[in-house]
Amino acid sequence: MNLHELTIVEAAKGLRDGSFSATNLVQACLDRIAARNETVNAFISVFAEEALAAAAKADEDLAAGNAKPLTGIPFGVKDAICTVGQRSTGAAKMLDAYVPSHDATVVAKLKDAGAILIGKQNCDAFGHGASNENSMYGPVKNPHDLGKVSGGSSGGSAAALADNQCLFSIAEDTGGSIRQPAAFCGVVGLRPSYGRNSRYGIMPMGSSLDTVGPMTKTVEDLALVQEIMAGHDANDMTTVPDAVQPLTSAMNKKVEGLTVGIPKEYMELEGLDDEVKQAITAQVEALQQQGCIIKEISLPHTTYAIATYYILVPSEDSSNLGRLDGIRYGSRKEGDSLFDVYAQTRRDGFPEEVKRRIMIGTYCLSAGYYDAYYKKAQRVRTKIMQDFTEAFSDVDVIIAPTSPFPAFGIGEKADDPIAMYLADAFVCPAAVAGMPAVSIPAGKTEAGLPIGLQIIAPRLAEEKLIQVASAIHS
Amino acid sequence: MPVSAEDVAHIAKLARLSLNEQEIEMYATQLSGIFSYMSLLDEVDTDGVEQTCQVTGLEDITREDLAVPISDEQRAALIAAFPERVGDLLKVQAVFT
Repeated sequence: MNLHELTIVEAAKGLRDGSFSATNLVQACLDRIAARNETVNAFISVFAEEALAAAAKADEDLAAGNAKPLTGIPFGVKDAICTVGQRSTGAAKMLDAYVPSHDATVVAKLKDAGAILIGKQNCDAFGHGASNENSMYGPVKNPHDLGKVSGGSSGGSAAALADNQCLFSIAEDTGGSIRQPAAFCGVVGLRPSYGRNSRYGIMPMGSSLDTVGPMTKTVEDLALVQEIMAGHDANDMTTVPDAVQPLTSAMNKKVEGLTVGIPKEYMELEGLDDEVKQAITAQVEALQQQGCIIKEISLPHTTYAIATYYILVPSEDSSNLGRLDGIRYGSRKEGDSLFDVYAQTRRDGFPEEVKRRIMIGTYCLSAGYYDAYYKKAQRVRTKIMQDFTEAFSDVDVIIAPTSPFPAFGIGEKADDPIAMYLADAFVCPAAVAGMPAVSIPAGKTEAGLPIGLQIIAPRLAEEKLIQVASAIHS
Repeated sequence: MPVSAEDVAHIAKLARLSLNEQEIEMYATQLSGIFSYMSLLDEVDTDGVEQTCQVTGLEDITREDLAVPISDEQRAALIAAFPERVGDLLKVQAVFT
């Protein structure tokens, strides 16, 4: 038995029946990282010593019968999420030596539930990208084909999991950064409803869209981790007070009688890969066999989601990244004036794409353009939300591909920002509307690349995602 | 709408980014393409449509104005993160010269 290949549920059982120890399990993941990190490049930092110390403590708890749901389970965290006492770079040289004074709330909750942090995962710097090529620590390779991208921005989190270097990962999804790499790497990834999980301690990008969620090997693992992560947090005033529904009990609940909407704008998109389309269609037919009612629906403003997103998010982003100026923390460059200190620090600390987003956002918010771009985009956002609200008056969930195509080649879209932005065409709309969505594996192409299927639910209805996802992927 | 090199230089100044001539040209070309793509939104009739600023519906979330003490370790970690310091004080370039 290769311990690093286990799911959370399998490992939790093995730890409890004494088949192996937490130390064995953590060591197996550390060995796997040591053997593979040079190739896959999924981790920026690995905390072997601390993780083994936590594992020894977990073994004591297990022996004493004090185990919690995730005791002894090793996990990785996207490097744009703060971890106390442990370097958190955001994949930018600006924060190369930054050590946070606090844990993100979701990380603290997972540690409280017994999970063991083994390292910080590579990503597009501050979440800016769809391929993980915008990391200042090098691109992440797709474990299914090392010539292909892992997807982004949470590419390291998806690749680490697909390559069995950890048992689950925690990442962020602003416009698709959990779902798209999960699809490219063949793992399960959840974007929770906006406001469901606390973002305290997450490096912010587009504050009105940012979410933090789990990536796992199975739907059951996902339900388990998300249940622990969810909930109101006084430190994040955008978290909703609504009760968190039990997710594990939604597993394998019958889907008979549920109505599933298939948006024609997604399935008829020019550029949708044939193999992707066939794989999704086959899964939808299987749901029909299980008693689901399948209905074609229309989300007429789909085509405007990317343009809306790339006005709103860079605008919010350019404000958020204003805090990274080399004054209170992070690297600082010398300069003759305060202006030069700022401008040089930001020149050297940010990769090209981060600067591009800051430029787009600053332009959109600058005098004379605010109404034409930012306000206009916020109005189109309303129309995109109305599309979903209307659709959900007729259907329980929406199913679509996660990405129009499987993982593309490293370097293939690197010089064409718009082509790269369009890679998020199917993940952006739900994000703009604040809906929860999950990506689950739905087979592979002939060339062996994973295909992701996306399920979108109404706001705060994560349990429906789990119910339908567990009917497709066990 | 084309974005000129002058526009890029102006935005870079607002955003406190140092760019060289070559980068200014590159961003002018790329931003022109990006904003020409954004003009797609002109197709959408948004007359009388409200702006969506947030999706939760939560309003006026406040907390009591209390000073919450932090631990000595947290304080030490915050100070350790200063790029430059004198004792426990953050050192910065003079604002007025």
